Amino acid sequence: MAKRRGTTHNRTTHNRTTHNRTGWLLVLPLVVVLIPFFVAPIVGVVVASFVQSDGFGGIVPAFTWENYANIFTSRLTLDLYWATFRFAVFAWFFSLLIGFWIAYFLVFHVRNPLLAMGLFLLCTVPFWTSNIIRMISWIPLLGKEGLINSALLGVGVIDQPLGVLLFSSLAVVIAYVHQLTIFMIVPIFNSMARIDKRTIEAARDAGASRFDIVRLIVFPMSKTGIALGSIFVVSIVMGDFFVVKVMSGGGSASVVGAFYEDVGVLQYPSAAASAVILTAVVSLMVVAILRTVDIRRELTK
Amino acid sequence: MSQTAVLPPARASAAPRARRRAPDRGGRPWTFYVLAALFVLYVLALYGPMICIYILSFQDVRGGLVFPMRGTSLHWFVDLFTQVRTGDVKGAFGRSIRLAAIVTVLTVIVSFMAGLAFRKRFVGDSVVFYLMIGSLVAPGLVLGLGVGLLCNLLGIEASWYGSALGAQLSWTLPFGVLVMFAVMSRFNAVWEEAARDLGASPWQTVVLVILPIIAPGLVAVALFGFTLSYDEFARTLLTAGSLNTLPLEIWSMTLNVTSPSLYALGTVTTIISFLIIGLSLGTIAWMQKRRARKTAR
Repeated sequence: MAKRRGTTHNRTTHNRTTHNRTGWLLVLPLVVVLIPFFVAPIVGVVVASFVQSDGFGGIVPAFTWENYANIFTSRLTLDLYWATFRFAVFAWFFSLLIGFWIAYFLVFHVRNPLLAMGLFLLCTVPFWTSNIIRMISWIPLLGKEGLINSALLGVGVIDQPLGVLLFSSLAVVIAYVHQLTIFMIVPIFNSMARIDKRTIEAARDAGASRFDIVRLIVFPMSKTGIALGSIFVVSIVMGDFFVVKVMSGGGSASVVGAFYEDVGVLQYPSAAASAVILTAVVSLMVVAILRTVDIRRELTK
Repeated sequence: MSQTAVLPPARASAAPRARRRAPDRGGRPWTFYVLAALFVLYVLALYGPMICIYILSFQDVRGGLVFPMRGTSLHWFVDLFTQVRTGDVKGAFGRSIRLAAIVTVLTVIVSFMAGLAFRKRFVGDSVVFYLMIGSLVAPGLVLGLGVGLLCNLLGIEASWYGSALGAQLSWTLPFGVLVMFAVMSRFNAVWEEAARDLGASPWQTVVLVILPIIAPGLVAVALFGFTLSYDEFARTLLTAGSLNTLPLEIWSMTLNVTSPSLYALGTVTTIISFLIIGLSLGTIAWMQKRRARKTAR
């Protein structure tokens, strides 16, 4: 990552880098929080994943691979990962599809900048309200006696209520897309807003079609936004168990849900092993996304 | 053609303007209408369900979880705060608000300092940056499990104002710093240099120049800090100890309460969220208006 940042830049800033004590002092409080509440817990979980459980909620301080072996040999766990991964892909795809075009609409189609900002805020307001409540609010719509079923019955499209709307995988994906599209819209909007409108005009003058402009200019220049949004969506879905539990009605399980149940029955070591693998999987996905763009340079420039 | 021949100067000045206007003021391309429809649908899907539960929370005793509306009353709001069955909602409210207030103050201070720090490079800046990103994307429950395990190990009792506070900060701080990046990228370092050239001490530069200029951005950081903490669930679940915060209370309600009091709680907590959002956005707008007036004078 550092290599791509450009060697000339590094060389010119190197001398100042070593003497910037103020920078360190200013960032110290952040580090003081992150070490005990991010680094230490993760290390703690990793350590706990290698100890034995005495089966009664206690742990035996002896090294073992058993917790991992149990996970990798269990067909059930692999299925769980597959199910969670599938949800992540669906949520990612739909939130990207909707988020990209919403951002595109706001940046390139709404001509009044004040109106564009207002509409953008309209999209972001629900982000600052409770996710749980927003999820529950699908019940009166999607339920067997919900609005959508009543409407479809009224019109005569169906003759009995669709059970697949609520408490199903469909409901889970709907809830994810509902919650997470905003994580796509905001960074993509930011990237698109930075595109110099003259570039687009130049392309148009040179004879590019509107489709070409989106494909060859807007999309490549929104990559940072797309990457950031993807990181949020993927990591949130992979780490979620609440939406799956409520919206699937217990029909689907998730990786986190399974280890939460382990915690519930005090099986800390196996929960920890499961948590480590999950964190590793999420990190790999994030690193894969980060490889496509240099996010830090984009953010701090 | 004959007209332009008669009035050559008019043509010369009008033609380029007309051409420049064409892409702006001309007819909207068909994609505009498609995307406008998508936008309207998106906003409807965003707000529609929420509005449904606000309406349904005002039913009377006969009310159920779905339409049609059965009567109108405040029954379920009273029920929410008086019934034992629905748990300690009042206490959870108080704790969540207090916790969010503490998180907000700490997030604003720490994010501001980190925002200043990240403008220049320092030893290990990349490490701190990636720690932050890691903390942001780490699965909340994994982190909560880790914090809980450490508390066990060190013999500290988990509490909402201790372990849960720390766990929430590990989530709100990276957010706050990211917002600060956006704020500082618009801050022109020239103003800071001007202050230094005029003899301001570093402390004076921060308090008298940087702070007033980026104040609206700090309000935005505060908004993130408050709402992210107020609605936080995954990181708090295993770290809050014996007393619930509001989202944890809602979670336990979704599992065993099947009456509109669940919706009533949704309405109440959303009203608080909207108050906070309105207050923050109002403050930002007020600050910018005041500044515009000052610079105009």
